[in-house]
Amino acid sequence: MTTYTASGRSPLRVDQRIEEISDAAYRIRHHALNMGEVQGQGYVGQALGAADMLATVYCDQLTYQPGNPGWEERDRFLLSTGHYAIGHYAALAEAGIIPIEELETYGSDDSRLPMSGMSTYTPGMEISGGSLGHGLTIAVGMALSLRHQGRAQRVFNFLSDGELDEGSTWEAAMGAAHHQLGHLTALVDINALQADGPTAGVLRTEPVTEKWEAFGWYAQRVDGNDVGALVEAFDSISEQAQAVGRPSVVLCDTKVGRGVPLLENREKAHFMRIEDNEWQICRDQLSAGSQGRK
Amino acid sequence: MSTTKPRLKTSAMIASFADPGQKTSSAPFGHALARLADEDPRIVGLTADLGKYTDMHIFAQQHPERFFQMGMAEQLLFGAAAGFAETGLIPFASTYSVFAARRAYDFLCLDIAEPNLNVNVIGGLPGLTTGYGPSHQATEDIAIFRGMPNLTIVDPCDSLDIEQAVPQLAASEGPTYLRLLRGKVPTVLDEYDYSFELGKAKVLRTGRDVVFVSSGLMTMRALEAAKSLAEHHVNVAVVHSPTIKPFDAETVVNEVDSNRLVVTLENHSVVGGLYETLAAAMVARQVSAKVIPIGLPDQFLDAGALPTLHDRYGLSVDAITATVLAGLEN
Ligand SMILES: Cc1ncc(C[n+]2csc(CCOP(=O)(O)OP(=O)(O)O)c2C)c(N)n1
Ligand SMILES: [Mg+2]
Repeated sequence: MTTYTASGRSPLRVDQRIEEISDAAYRIRHHALNMGEVQGQGYVGQALGAADMLATVYCDQLTYQPGNPGWEERDRFLLSTGHYAIGHYAALAEAGIIPIEELETYGSDDSRLPMSGMSTYTPGMEISGGSLGHGLTIAVGMALSLRHQGRAQRVFNFLSDGELDEGSTWEAAMGAAHHQLGHLTALVDINALQADGPTAGVLRTEPVTEKWEAFGWYAQRVDGNDVGALVEAFDSISEQAQAVGRPSVVLCDTKVGRGVPLLENREKAHFMRIEDNEWQICRDQLSAGSQGRK
Repeated sequence: MSTTKPRLKTSAMIASFADPGQKTSSAPFGHALARLADEDPRIVGLTADLGKYTDMHIFAQQHPERFFQMGMAEQLLFGAAAGFAETGLIPFASTYSVFAARRAYDFLCLDIAEPNLNVNVIGGLPGLTTGYGPSHQATEDIAIFRGMPNLTIVDPCDSLDIEQAVPQLAASEGPTYLRLLRGKVPTVLDEYDYSFELGKAKVLRTGRDVVFVSSGLMTMRALEAAKSLAEHHVNVAVVHSPTIKPFDAETVVNEVDSNRLVVTLENHSVVGGLYETLAAAMVARQVSAKVIPIGLPDQFLDAGALPTLHDRYGLSVDAITATVLAGLEN
């Protein structure tokens, strides 16, 4: 049984890690476009924006066994933002947890890959998200429970910036700091977008970094589409957070539609409309901008 | 993509459940609320990051100064709505039904219902009107809300019901909950001698063999199924009861007190909804009859495309027709 561990990857030079992650992010973006085309629309903009975050976690940070998603010793990655499942499925395929061929069933009847991510459907999906603002509360419980049982696994929770609106997120943030959950890491995709429009107009969440710090977290804010910055941020967690029993959060500013200029420049929308003839253009633009990635 | 047969997809059904070619009206709730606000300065609209998805955006466009975006924070939405009502305004507060019923119940119950405030809760995606799975399918919202004292519960059938309900909800004392149909909403009841009256059930058509008691979009299905059953020489009456609470037991029990087969049709779990409401009303009046419940099973439902799911769970016209024919045989 193959096992991937963060420590197993550390002998690689940082530039090699960045290359590997960037290649995976590129493939995740292609998967997401192909899946979006199946549905004719959907959360493609989010998946393209978050691809670098997902690739960094799955290629570089998580300990897991691709062939055994229920392995007890695995790190836990919780997607509370259910509609980001399209990106998560692409990452799970990239990680070898689900077959790439299965991605084309996304959102179709009787598929294991529903539009909104659910643990009851998909290998590697730890929780059923979708009602936003639950993930971090479950993550706190998992982290407490694992520590109580003397186990060393880490717990990651992926959140959207919209989830910062929910009071439950901040209840969990306070709980995590109180219980000194240094093995808990939150990733927030700050794409500055929510259902009704730009986050700044829906509910102002800034200053975000200061809020997490005030709640007792080790908070870093990075360009979430800069793999080098992501790697550096994750690398600092073991010393700055884990070692001192502080939960950590990586706040990632991302661009909706990243990697596909047609979508980057389109008016940002939670549910982006893409015409039938545009999918190939999107793929071509992604490939063209990729500097020969595979 | 290599598949030849187009698969049914979840997202194709997000906007509307209207049948192709059906007469529809666009965003009836948003337009009705905007019209009401033209006449009554006390009307305000609130949402929790779902304005565009509950047709509240129409109101927001026409009355921007009376629209309040509360962010994706449902507890704040309903606590704040209570605050608006406490200080003399008439709020309409929108989110999805699941979040109104599950996420913010305590705020609705104690801040709004207990003081009997005129807050009007607008719940999108009631019952099985999305293929996103349990996080978005409000299959038990009526069951949850029926237990809340003071709350009036309305399950409209179509655009006409919604348009006529909005001013009546605002005019009624105390809190209300409307199971919203959004986007392009079918217009069905204009073909009947019908108008919406809060608290009243209405007989839409008479029939010898079977009595349908229905609410919400299932009344539309009931009317279609009645036509299809006529082809099988089965004569069906349809009683539409858009107000679930307080229930018009007088009208409905009167209708079912006959030797016809009774069928309830609801876009909701068979637990705690119209079926059990009717059953309780019948028992209280010592009326007994065989009642077949058509509704959602007591389980977490699948994700998938709505037409597939409505067939799977027996809400489609074909499924209703088959259930009734089988019920008549037994
Ligand atoms: C508790 C809850 N409230 C409301 C919704 C409806 N909803 C789904 S996505 C969304 C926007 C949330 O913001 P974000 O996740 O940042 O949106 P995105 O960046 O994907 O546009 C909303 C309000 C939900 N899923 N859960
Ligand atoms: Mg966002």
